Amino acid sequence: MIRRRGAALALLLALATVATRVEAQDTRRSGFMFMSPGTQAMQRDDMENPGMLAVLDGAELWAKPAGTSGRSCADCHGGGAEAMRGVAARYPAFDATRGEAIDLAGRILQCRAERQGDAPPPRESRTLLALTAFVAHRARGMPVAPDADPRMTPVVEAGRALWHKRLGQLDLSCAQCHDDNAGQKLASAPIPEAHPTGYPIYRLEWQTTGSLQRRIRGCLTGVRAEPFAYGADEYIALEAFLMERARGMEIETPGVRP
Amino acid sequence: MRRRPGRRRRARRPAAVFARPPVLALLAALLASATAGAQVVPYTIVADGIPEPLGGAAGDPARGRAIVADRQKGLCILCHSGPFPELRFMGTLAPDLAGAGARWSTAQLRLRIVDAARLNPDTIMPAYHRTDGLARVAPAWRDRPILDAAGIEDVVAYLETLR
Ligand code: HEC
Ligand code: HEC
Ligand code: HEC
Repeated sequence: MIRRRGAALALLLALATVATRVEAQDTRRSGFMFMSPGTQAMQRDDMENPGMLAVLDGAELWAKPAGTSGRSCADCHGGGAEAMRGVAARYPAFDATRGEAIDLAGRILQCRAERQGDAPPPRESRTLLALTAFVAHRARGMPVAPDADPRMTPVVEAGRALWHKRLGQLDLSCAQCHDDNAGQKLASAPIPEAHPTGYPIYRLEWQTTGSLQRRIRGCLTGVRAEPFAYGADEYIALEAFLMERARGMEIETPGVRP
Repeated sequence: MRRRPGRRRRARRPAAVFARPPVLALLAALLASATAGAQVVPYTIVADGIPEPLGGAAGDPARGRAIVADRQKGLCILCHSGPFPELRFMGTLAPDLAGAGARWSTAQLRLRIVDAARLNPDTIMPAYHRTDGLARVAPAWRDRPILDAAGIEDVVAYLETLR
């Protein structure tokens, strides 16, 4: 009996060693790693990172009363540095009340409309991006830790299916570029692995801050596919899949991208 | 991936027939009459190639070179490199086009450009002259092939010179 338990323990230990070894061999690379040293330096230095402007705007909005409630986000969630700590690392999450997955921006819109009693700002508006950047920045340096609610599983699977679906006139799937050809160059652009760890990002090409949905929209347009509407289930599913795929990687909001 | 869908290219051919199963052909004919836009012409595959020029006329290598080197039109150099000293950036997803004309017959090159998936179902190379079997094509590109028959022939004529 004891001997058998000893063997089981040994096996467990062996498995644990294998697991750590697998972890040590994690070859996933954030989009950051595909950027030029200059752009990397820009992201690293908060004084240079133009994405910090959105974070700072968000901090102001966080403390500002809005809507018929006359309450600010801080009134309910707190004004200190600990408020919203790590929350973004868990999104998209399952919203039990609505019975569906919701992304971080969707959650903020929900609070804006239902709890503050204000007209929710549109997707990709400066206000929503700033609030999202503020909340996501409060998870910077923390590992991606997707919502453990089992009702997220079908959402992640729907995202995975979309990831592998060939789309558009060019008939290409996300996976064909970002899994099979990451590190290769599409004309001048290195193909990154498409990790969602830096969002909202400041994109030099846009000269502004934008969401993951806007970034994915760019890829859809690139393969000459019709993009989904902002806030669509498809984007939320893709994001849930990408977060699962990036489980354990570090949140780096605000990312800078070329 | 930094482009937006451009304008509709002008149709070089007024009418179009669809080289696909009858139902689709009917649909395509309906669409063609509605939009006068569909441009896929019929062709016959023999072994691993298309021996006859699409639409019957021979292409022009100079026009073909311009299409191949154009990131928006041919898109080839998003993936391929080739003998284009004037281009600063070319892709690394596909073989260098130099020597393609020596490696492949004209018929093989034509099928490769028209519908590369016929040669390799898993290829990432788009079908340049096919409009069916695609999903969620943006409205600006819907029901029109990436290259019309004349464009295909121009590209094939150019590739033949790469020996
Ligand atoms: C033809 C290849 C190609 C396809 C197909 C493609 N992408 Fe991309 N994607 C790129 C390239 C290239 C970039 C980097 C663009 C740049 O640096 O300008 C990119 C960037 C991204 C990024 C940003 C990553 C970061 O580090 O911030 C995400 C996310 C992304 N793609 C998701 C997707 C999704 C989801 C799909 C499928 C709907 C998709 N892509 C399809 C080529 C592709
Ligand atoms: C009247 C109080 C109230 C106000 C004002 C309010 N919220 Fe909330 N918020 C809540 C409550 C309560 C929850 C938890 C809801 C739940 O778990 O279903 C919540 C949840 C959230 C969450 C998800 C947290 C998590 O752990 O998943 C985010 C993000 C959030 N709020 C952001 C904001 C932002 C940004 C603002 C200001 C624009 C704001 N909230 C304003 C009450 C408020
Ligand atoms: C999305 C990427 C992509 C695009 C765009 C593309 N190709 Fe390709 N092409 C490939 C790949 C990958 C191969 C390698 C064979 C395969 O996987 O089917 C290939 C193979 C070829 C070959 C055979 C290569 C050889 O000599 O072995 C030729 C010729 C060719 N392509 C020409 C073109 C031309 C001309 C265009 C533009 C009109 C073009 N390709 C556009 C990806 C692409």
